[in-house]
Amino acid sequence: MEKRYVKDRLRRSMMFVPGNNPGMIADARIYGADSIMFDLEDSVALTEKDAARFLVHNALKTLHFGKKEIVVRINDLSGGLGVRDLEAIVPAGVHVVRLPKTDSAQDVIDCEREIARIEEKHGIPVGATGMMAAIESANGVLNAKEIAHASGRLIGIALGAEDYVTDLKTTRSDGIELLFARSMILNAARSAGIAALDTVYSDVNNEEGFLAEVELIRKLGFDGKSVINPRQIQPLHRAFIPKEKDLQKAYAVMDAIAEANARGSGVASLNGKMIDRPVVLRAQRLIALAEADKMTEEA
Amino acid sequence: MKLKHTAMAGTLESSDIMVTIEPKDTGGIALDLTSSVMQQFGRQIEAVIRDTLSGLGVENAAVIAVDKGALDCTVRARVSAAALRAAGQEEFNWEVRR
Repeated sequence: MEKRYVKDRLRRSMMFVPGNNPGMIADARIYGADSIMFDLEDSVALTEKDAARFLVHNALKTLHFGKKEIVVRINDLSGGLGVRDLEAIVPAGVHVVRLPKTDSAQDVIDCEREIARIEEKHGIPVGATGMMAAIESANGVLNAKEIAHASGRLIGIALGAEDYVTDLKTTRSDGIELLFARSMILNAARSAGIAALDTVYSDVNNEEGFLAEVELIRKLGFDGKSVINPRQIQPLHRAFIPKEKDLQKAYAVMDAIAEANARGSGVASLNGKMIDRPVVLRAQRLIALAEADKMTEEA
Repeated sequence: MKLKHTAMAGTLESSDIMVTIEPKDTGGIALDLTSSVMQQFGRQIEAVIRDTLSGLGVENAAVIAVDKGALDCTVRARVSAAALRAAGQEEFNWEVRR
């Protein structure tokens, strides 16, 4: 079956684009984000949900976004808006549906059932559309592992911090308030073999604060984060590009492995130190990241 | 599609088009189009508006469209949204991408 989405790909930046703004939709691809996320939820007024649905449906069907991943954030399924969103965007060819306010595995299962019903109705192979789940509550964070394992369609789980900190009875500050949620989401994502995506940094004029947050989530192990302003994309990508000296070391590791294999030896060493499996995995990942970045630049 | 009342969709922002549709009993589609790119794309925009209305089964209506450089897909989206609002209809028969 041909899937519309790629499970494992570069997702350093997911740029939110308001779903009822035709100018921003038309320009979305020029800013270099790895994923473009058209939003039918919070950025669209309740009275404009119908108009945004038409706009995003038609844009998905007719505009060309190159090799970018196209995500649509739908409304939650509880009030009926979310199902209407799915009716419009699944036939239009969306790659990944982002479900907001995911509190439990059941939320993912319910959304998947609706997507499958719509795929079947339109003769689209069932399973072609990908999903991601945004976790935005204490309940969701505590259920992160079950959520991450709830569907084979999931490409990742994301933190939605604004609702989450409100639920915790706190506000956003230096990041200490998100430490538990980020750690839970990251570990849940890794246990399911999917991407971990961080929340938006909403103070677009504070580049220093943004970069500090990017450095923190990169060190934790996140794949990337959502952005709300195109200005945040390039600094974010730069932070994720492997350092030249780390890259050289990674190539040296891979060369040593290749040499050991050619000798028929199962044990490789570099500068007198044995290379064990985690070192190889990290080297492979670093090289893959550098190559993916190069390919994006060329595209 | 049976139109019941006057309805509007879209904005006057750049790259958008504001479409107002008023139900009529006879006379076909009376279109009043103004556009910031009238010289270059006026005919194309008019064709897209008429084609979209025809696809929706709207035969008689007075349509006022104020275009600010919208792409064809935006014109279709705004005309469709205005027509459905005018018909008081929420369900739509979405078509699959081919």
